[in-house]
Amino acid sequence: MKSIKAILLIFIALLGLQLSAYANPQPEEEEFNAGETIFHHLSNSHEWHLFSIGDTHVSIPLPVILYTPNGLDVFLSSEFHHGKVTEEGIMLERGKNTYIIEHDHIKLAGHEEAAVYDFSITKNVASMFLSVVLLFIIFGKVAKSYQTDKPQAPKGLAGLVEPVILFVRDEIAVPAIGKDKYERFMPYLLTVFFYIWINNLLGLLPGAANLTGNITITATLAGFTLMMILFNGNKNYWGHIFAPPVPTWLYPIMIPIEIVGIFTKPFALAIRLFANITAGHIVILSLLSLIFIFKSFAVAPISVGFALFINGLELLVAFIQAFVFTLLSALFIGQAVEEHHHEEHEAHHPAHEEANHAEKPAQAEIKEEVAVTA
Amino acid sequence: MQLLTPELGLFFWQLVTFLLVVFLLTKYAWKPILQGIKKREEEITHALAAAEKAREEMQRISAENEKLLQEARIEKDQILKKAQETARQLVDEAKENAKKEANRMIEDARRIIESEKNAALSEIKAQIATLSVQVAERILKNQLSEEAKQKAYIEELLKDIKLN
Repeated sequence: MKSIKAILLIFIALLGLQLSAYANPQPEEEEFNAGETIFHHLSNSHEWHLFSIGDTHVSIPLPVILYTPNGLDVFLSSEFHHGKVTEEGIMLERGKNTYIIEHDHIKLAGHEEAAVYDFSITKNVASMFLSVVLLFIIFGKVAKSYQTDKPQAPKGLAGLVEPVILFVRDEIAVPAIGKDKYERFMPYLLTVFFYIWINNLLGLLPGAANLTGNITITATLAGFTLMMILFNGNKNYWGHIFAPPVPTWLYPIMIPIEIVGIFTKPFALAIRLFANITAGHIVILSLLSLIFIFKSFAVAPISVGFALFINGLELLVAFIQAFVFTLLSALFIGQAVEEHHHEEHEAHHPAHEEANHAEKPAQAEIKEEVAVTA
Repeated sequence: MQLLTPELGLFFWQLVTFLLVVFLLTKYAWKPILQGIKKREEEITHALAAAEKAREEMQRISAENEKLLQEARIEKDQILKKAQETARQLVDEAKENAKKEANRMIEDARRIIESEKNAALSEIKAQIATLSVQVAERILKNQLSEEAKQKAYIEELLKDIKLN
């Protein structure tokens, strides 16, 4: 109870920190722009901005890695502050390259848009690394507790994580993919689940990056699921796409629809995760922005109260979205590796089959054999 | 819309990182964890089955014990009954024998007494006869010692004859 109270206190304190972070990025004479502030906090950045007091911005500089026509250029994001502020953005001269940085977008002066490939360790990438390190620490520890000769009851961290692993196995993988084939996909599903979950949770921390609310991240994750589907799809799956069970004259319509269908599934996955997490962040940030829009401390208790409530809700959403993403991935994979039920059905009624194919007994036999081996 | 613009760098790092995470976690976490869980589940199933089996065995043994006990009880009752019967029979037999023996002894005693009595009686008779002859002899000797007495007796005898 005591520790819960302490965590709650820290949480509320940090919320205050977040508040101050939102409050002061703009000089005081400038009008507070809630939309801009919110989008600034939702989007990626080359530095990890923690908080600002007055005009002093406290942020962690991150490495900028640029691939330019003049070779690879690596420097810290704090160098941006040494550049000249111009109309177009910040002008930064480094060796042969002159960069123009506008809203965290880096361009090369006198070149086309695509001339710079930005592989920087941005705030999101850094946050991703952090989450991965956390995953390794947590699961390295948990895995160790299973490497004993005699099976033991899960204790400590393993006791916390094991029910979730069992949940992924028994509620997601087994029902969606089937008892015979789920084991092959368990590592991928578990990784996706915990990766999304931990990043959802990290995203809720004040000052943290909004990783799972980033379309690039969700699209890449969905891309992995798509690859899983494409590489594991069996004859039956491809048969449904290129030879759907419809009259032949419908093929010109059906085949394109089925091909589009391959891509709509991961697309929906990507958009769902992105939209859910981003929406949650926008709601929290909007509630907190109310204080600065009304310029009144009186609004603060209500705003903070609501934001706290939404934050609690987001904790739930963090789990639910990880669950939904994993479940749908499992369902799509399950569809791709599913066996043909019709043939199985026929295999159970050999007498019926023989009666139907009495005139072609050899063919019936082959079909039956296929059904049995399948 | 900055929010919806994919970023090349992020995509690249995500691709590399995620593949690495999948690979490393699969090798060092998921496989041992899932194997551990499976092993434990098997062990639990096994243990439960063993417990069930032991319970059944226990039940079977206790039923057998109960049966054995029941049988022993029945046998005990039978043995007791038999023993009692045998004892009674023995007692009866002994009683019978004793009675017979007693009767026989009484009979013997009676017979001996009878024969002893007869022997005694015949001896007494013989004695009496001897005694009577002796008495008669003495009396005769005494009475017929004198002439006068002899004459008187003859007369008397003659008188009797006359009368007849």
